[in-house]
Amino acid sequence: MSTEYFQKIAETNIWGAIAPELALGILALALLAMEVTLPKVAHGLIPRVAILGQLIIVGVMLTYGCSGFCYTGEAFGGMLSFSETGQLFRAFFLGTSIFVSYLGMVSLEKKTLPEVEYFHILLVITAALMLLAQANHFVMLFVALETATVGFFILVSYFRDKAVSLEAGLKYLIMGALSSSILLFGIVLLYGAGSNMELVGGNADPLNFGNLKNFLAANPNDMLGLMGMLLVISGIAFKIGAFPFQVWIPDVYQGAPIPTTALLAVASKGAGFAMLLNLTTVFSALSEWLYPLLSLLAALTILFGNFAALSQRNLKRLIGLSGVSHAGFLLIGIVAAQKVDWAVNAIMFYLFAYLLASAAVFSVLAHMGKEDDSELTLDDLGELAKRNGFLGMALAIGIGSLAGIPPLAGFIGKLLIFVAAFKAELYGLLGVAVVGVVVSIYYYFGIMKAAFFDVWRYQDEDEEVQEKPVPGASLQLLGKLAILVAVLGTIVLGFYQVPLGSWLAG
Amino acid sequence: MNDFASLVQLSIAVPIIAAFLTLYVGKWGRPAVQIVSVTGFALPAIFALFLWGFYDPAIAGDYAFVSKMDTGLSIIGVSLHLGLNGVGLPLFVMASVVGLAAGLFAAQSKAENLPRYLFCLLIMQGGLMGVFASIDIFFFYFFHELALIPTFIMVGIWGGRDRNYAAMKMTIYLTLGAMLSLVGLIAIYVKSGAESFDLITLKAHLAEAPLAEAVQHYAFGLLLFGFGILVSLWPMHTWAPLGYGAAPSSAAMLHAGVLKKFGLYGLIQIAVPLLPDGIKQWENWIVWLALGNILVVGLITMAQRDLKQMIGYSSVMHMGYAFLGIAAMSVLGVGGVVFMMIAHGLTVALLFMLSTMIHHRTQTFEMDEMGGLSKKAPVLSAFFVCSMMASIALPGPGLANFWAELSIFIAIYQFKSWLIYAAVAGIVISAIYGLRAIARIFFGEESKDFVESQKEFAVSDMTWAERVPALILIVVMFFIGFFPKTVTESLNESLQKEAVYSQSE
Repeated sequence: MSTEYFQKIAETNIWGAIAPELALGILALALLAMEVTLPKVAHGLIPRVAILGQLIIVGVMLTYGCSGFCYTGEAFGGMLSFSETGQLFRAFFLGTSIFVSYLGMVSLEKKTLPEVEYFHILLVITAALMLLAQANHFVMLFVALETATVGFFILVSYFRDKAVSLEAGLKYLIMGALSSSILLFGIVLLYGAGSNMELVGGNADPLNFGNLKNFLAANPNDMLGLMGMLLVISGIAFKIGAFPFQVWIPDVYQGAPIPTTALLAVASKGAGFAMLLNLTTVFSALSEWLYPLLSLLAALTILFGNFAALSQRNLKRLIGLSGVSHAGFLLIGIVAAQKVDWAVNAIMFYLFAYLLASAAVFSVLAHMGKEDDSELTLDDLGELAKRNGFLGMALAIGIGSLAGIPPLAGFIGKLLIFVAAFKAELYGLLGVAVVGVVVSIYYYFGIMKAAFFDVWRYQDEDEEVQEKPVPGASLQLLGKLAILVAVLGTIVLGFYQVPLGSWLAG
Repeated sequence: MNDFASLVQLSIAVPIIAAFLTLYVGKWGRPAVQIVSVTGFALPAIFALFLWGFYDPAIAGDYAFVSKMDTGLSIIGVSLHLGLNGVGLPLFVMASVVGLAAGLFAAQSKAENLPRYLFCLLIMQGGLMGVFASIDIFFFYFFHELALIPTFIMVGIWGGRDRNYAAMKMTIYLTLGAMLSLVGLIAIYVKSGAESFDLITLKAHLAEAPLAEAVQHYAFGLLLFGFGILVSLWPMHTWAPLGYGAAPSSAAMLHAGVLKKFGLYGLIQIAVPLLPDGIKQWENWIVWLALGNILVVGLITMAQRDLKQMIGYSSVMHMGYAFLGIAAMSVLGVGGVVFMMIAHGLTVALLFMLSTMIHHRTQTFEMDEMGGLSKKAPVLSAFFVCSMMASIALPGPGLANFWAELSIFIAIYQFKSWLIYAAVAGIVISAIYGLRAIARIFFGEESKDFVESQKEFAVSDMTWAERVPALILIVVMFFIGFFPKTVTESLNESLQKEAVYSQSE
């Protein structure tokens, strides 16, 4: 390839368009520099700097919106494509990362492990996921995804003094490698099919989403293309934990440190849906195969997630499995998006509601004050409301929103998905969703029961002295603020969506 | 006519604001909590009575006090559209009155953690006021859920025997019912093509272009079974007696008295007018299931020994008449149902409250372990006899339930004459359990257990604090019993506007 070729590509490099990702990268490096330069006593500042830096990035992004650096259209030789949805995913991943940083601060304070690396890796993962959401090329997609996944391997096994964390890391490594190879195999097949110059639409750069879309539109019955699509979707199904690729979820969620569990639950799921949203347009020529497949995945995922969660008593496994069912609801949205344009916005709303609710729930778990958080069970929640009313309230709102109870944001999310599904005439999936919601009430109710019932009633009785640790002992002003943001956001979005109204309308 | 629209909004907002204030003033002690919470219940009642007085019959049953607000869901045609018509207004008033009585009763109860209890009850009250004032069917559903969630919490935390099981069962049953009705409402929204959840828009739109019969069939089915579960239609009623038996009495008052009417109100105002072919296709289902309510549940009621369970079953049984009245599809029948909803709401709330007062005196809900209470508590006895007579619809001056059931009976006789035998059998059944309960509790010899318990707990008559909430309910009940026209006039006009409800000759 000649230098002119590269020069031509370089002309399309718009560095300003990826300013948020670059800023994250610089921030990540700055954290490392701070560890070297700052005296040991000041190391507590580092996580706070990480949070503050991310808040500034989000603030700048939201203030300037798409007028400043944000650019719509393709850039970097077609590697990235910027859109409004991509912008929202950026905000979503940054928001997740801020909450996870806060959780990391809480969880790591109790440990003697190195702290800075956690935040460094977290920021790198976040930047990678933000690029992933805007990838317009399979090479970009794969590189971004692998950057994030490799980071996840480390964060899952971060508590290296704990066998269960290491075990989770190993499991995630093996399953992650398997899914990456499936995804890669699919990409290779698509490359092989699309680069065939003999066929109409054959192209020298078939991994570009636009080119691949055109190729598939010209050859909808190409066997290689179909297999490639199937494998790529399978690889993504692993990320979102859709049935039958959800086997890793309970173990990994249980073993990983709480902030990592939250990151896996929210960011990894968000990443999967960001990819799905982009790829469903790429594979639109194969919709005859794609949508039945996704519908089947959605139905099985909802049923599996909810029924498997029924008998769980371990809180992290329970949240993990309930997350599987949420992936199923979101998949319904993806299927509906084929016919209903604003279903994309419904998915985004659902994701943000899920982020806020998860932030509240995971914050409560992080503050439970149990030495080994992989063993948190429903019993540990016992009398939470009495021992710490603030955490009890946060848990109730978070769980209520996950369960889809009005007037919380989770309900509006489900409502929008339901309406979109009905408009797209997905009656079977709606039926499954209704069954899923009713079944899920049982285990969400179990959490509420453990935390509240039996408590207020016997408040004044002399019971035997509690040996349980004091929850919320580590809760400080910053923590209260973080939890309040999640809780208030969940409530306000439940009955007042005016700021989002015009955006929801597309 | 929209002058007082803000009063409707306030009736919903005040209890919710008061709920949070109650939590806040908790640290200042019990009297502060009582004052704030009772104000939160009293203001909506005052507003509602005021609106009732100002509802202009000249607008012939149209919506009055209308206000509209965008809450951000305009993409799916949702707006906070509030207003009251001849059907909604009397129920709105009833909800506020029952709420006031329940609030007064709860504020003096011995529940642990009173501020939180009143918080739940006030949130529930806010939801209830919203249900009957919503013109938008999404918010109609939304407010119902807002009122429903605190019920579960109250049963689970402050409930009596089997409260965990009862709360769980209620939650699962009612969530299923709510989900089915939500899907049904979405079906109407999507299939109508009106791009709106607004009832007025939907009605206008569907009058021009009715839905296809197949769509009406399944949409009505969803609403019938969804609402049916919420109204405890046989055989999906089993959550009700269990839940009411376990619920603390003010929660039971609000749920059985007011919230349960949501489903019937939804059928009358939404399902039947929007899906007129739907109800015809499901007519036989409604009739047979309603007969199950009246006869099967009626016989079960007779076998109850626990007072609260008996009242719970009897309220399930009365829902059977309501379904029959709706199936008759005439102005007389449906009007009778609405009138019964009001009368039944007042009496069943009163009965739940009185049963708790009886429990305070006898320390039991088992009717076999009571007896002879009238000598010790004659006023309580008078109240109970009066409300039980009303509840079983004995003909008597000023007993509203009788007028309600009479018009339902006439309507179902015109609808399917053989049904009248079953309905009359139901009256006999209710007379048996009602009168027997009165006899067992208040008359006859004092049982051994009662004599025993009196050694520990002195038995006194109703205190004034107890009499006030009971009096509020009974006065309103007699008022509409003696002056049914205050309700029926605008009700009649509103119902006559619906083409589906036939005029009786």
